[in-house]
Formats: sequence, C-alpha cells, structure tokens
Amino acid sequence: MSGHVHRDDFGSRLGMWLFLVTEMVLFGGLFIAYSYMRYRYPAEFHHGGSELNVTLGVINTLVLLTSSLTVVLAIVAVQRAEKQRAIAFLGTTLVLGLTFLVIKSFEWGAKFHHGLYPSSPHLATLPPGEQVFFGLYFTMTGLHGLHVIAGISVLSVMLWWVATDRIRSDRYIHLENGGLYWHLVDVIWIFLLPLFYLAA
Amino acid sequence: MSEHVEQASEHSTEHPGYGTFIKVWVALVILTGCLVGMSLISQTYAVWGLLTLTPLKAGLVFYFFMHLRYEGPLFKVVVLVTLGTLLIFFALLFSDVAFR
Repeated sequence: MSGHVHRDDFGSRLGMWLFLVTEMVLFGGLFIAYSYMRYRYPAEFHHGGSELNVTLGVINTLVLLTSSLTVVLAIVAVQRAEKQRAIAFLGTTLVLGLTFLVIKSFEWGAKFHHGLYPSSPHLATLPPGEQVFFGLYFTMTGLHGLHVIAGISVLSVMLWWVATDRIRSDRYIHLENGGLYWHLVDVIWIFLLPLFYLAA
Repeated sequence: MSEHVEQASEHSTEHPGYGTFIKVWVALVILTGCLVGMSLISQTYAVWGLLTLTPLKAGLVFYFFMHLRYEGPLFKVVVLVTLGTLLIFFALLFSDVAFR
C-alpha cells in the first residue's frame, strides 16, 4: 500500500478530453445543422423561438453556470483536504442539476400540452420550417438532457467516493474528469440558450 | 514513490483558489445578462450576441473551470483541432449553399 499503485493522471485527463472532443463533434454537427436550417427558414425559426419561455431558459442557464462553479469549488476543497466543504459543494451541484431537469420537464410538459412533441398530429400541420425548428429543439435539448442525467449519475458516484475517502487530496483524478464532463454539459447549454431562446 | 511526487508536481505547481473561480462565475453571469439584454434590443443584436458573447462564455468555462489554463499545450491543441475541424465542415456546408 506504500504508494506503488501505478497512476497516470495526465493520461486519464487526456483520455477524458479525447472523449469530450467526440461529444463536441456530436453537438457541433447538430449546431451546423441548426445554422443551415435557420438560414433556410428564418421566419419559421423566429416564430418557433417566440413560443419558447425565455425566462425559464435564462433561469436554467444560471442554474447550470452555478452548478459548474460548485463542481470546480469541490475540486479546490478536495485539493485542500476540506472534505465537508467538498461534500457540500458536490451536493449543491446535484441539487442544481436536478433543478435544471425539473425546470426542463415543466418546459417540455407545456409544449406537450400544446400538442408540440415529436411526430405529434399538431406539429404535422405546422409549416415545414417550424417542424424542423421543433425537431431540432427536442433533439438537441433532449440529447443535452440525457447528458445532464449522465452527469448527475457520475457526480453522485463522485460524492459517494469523496464521502468514503476514495477521492482525497492526493488522489482526485476521477472528480476532475467527472467535473470536466459536467462543464462540457454546461458549455453545450451556453450555446443552446441563444440558439433557441434568444436569437431564433 | 519518486514517480508519485514527480507526477503531483507536473499538474499542480499552484492550484487556483476559490476566489479565481468565483470571479469567473460572476463574469459568466454578467455576460449572460448582456446576452439577454442584447437579444431584447433587436434580432440583429441578438445574433451578434450569439456570435461574440457565447464563444467568450464557453471560452471562460474551458479556460478556467475546465483547467485548460493550467494544462500543457497538448490539451489546447486537441481542443483547437476539434474546433477547427468543425469550422471546416461549417465552411464547406455554407460554401455549398452559397453556390447552389
């Protein structure tokens, strides 16, 4: 147990970044699709965007930005061996992540209530541009939502590991990598807010 | 054991404290406010906000929260190559659209 376990934190972080890069390409492709469709159907995208709730979109942005902060603060706390603080920061992150999902579900629920959901009869009566807009909206925010769920799951494990000292001041690469994933989820939402809620 | 010490020093010459990240968060919130403000003025401003403030916000998260600032050149190159690749695809698509 005298520190002879082989560890390569640099390699772990590089591996995580390579994975994140594939995520960037995944969402990047959707962003490119969005930009072409928006160019092709400007009026329909404007109309579609006006049906989204800007207030909820902005609140969710603040929620995710703050959750990103608390993750990175949890890493600082672990580095300084402030276990209770790290647990509090990670707990806050999880609560904020769940808050994001609850707000998102209200938003989606309102859309469903108005007959707007993938391949709904009402959606089929809308002009093609608006069908594309809502198609992209549900695809991109849905895929992002799945990433939020994955991030919450990963960070829950990190919280458990901090509590049980598996993550501590001399060994916290898992928390760093989990945090990297959560930040990427935040970055994607940073782009989704203006694309759908503000500039459409 | 010596390997362990070496490794620790490689990544963490000095760890940034709580204050750095709180300042970045304040900047991110202010930029979000500016973005929303611009979108309230007009559609044109909203698009300009999207094209300028959004990459800036993403850059702050990458640089500080994701610790790119404290990493060596390899990680930065990996990210830049990815963004460059996406930009090439974007340019190819729109060059096709423009001359259709």
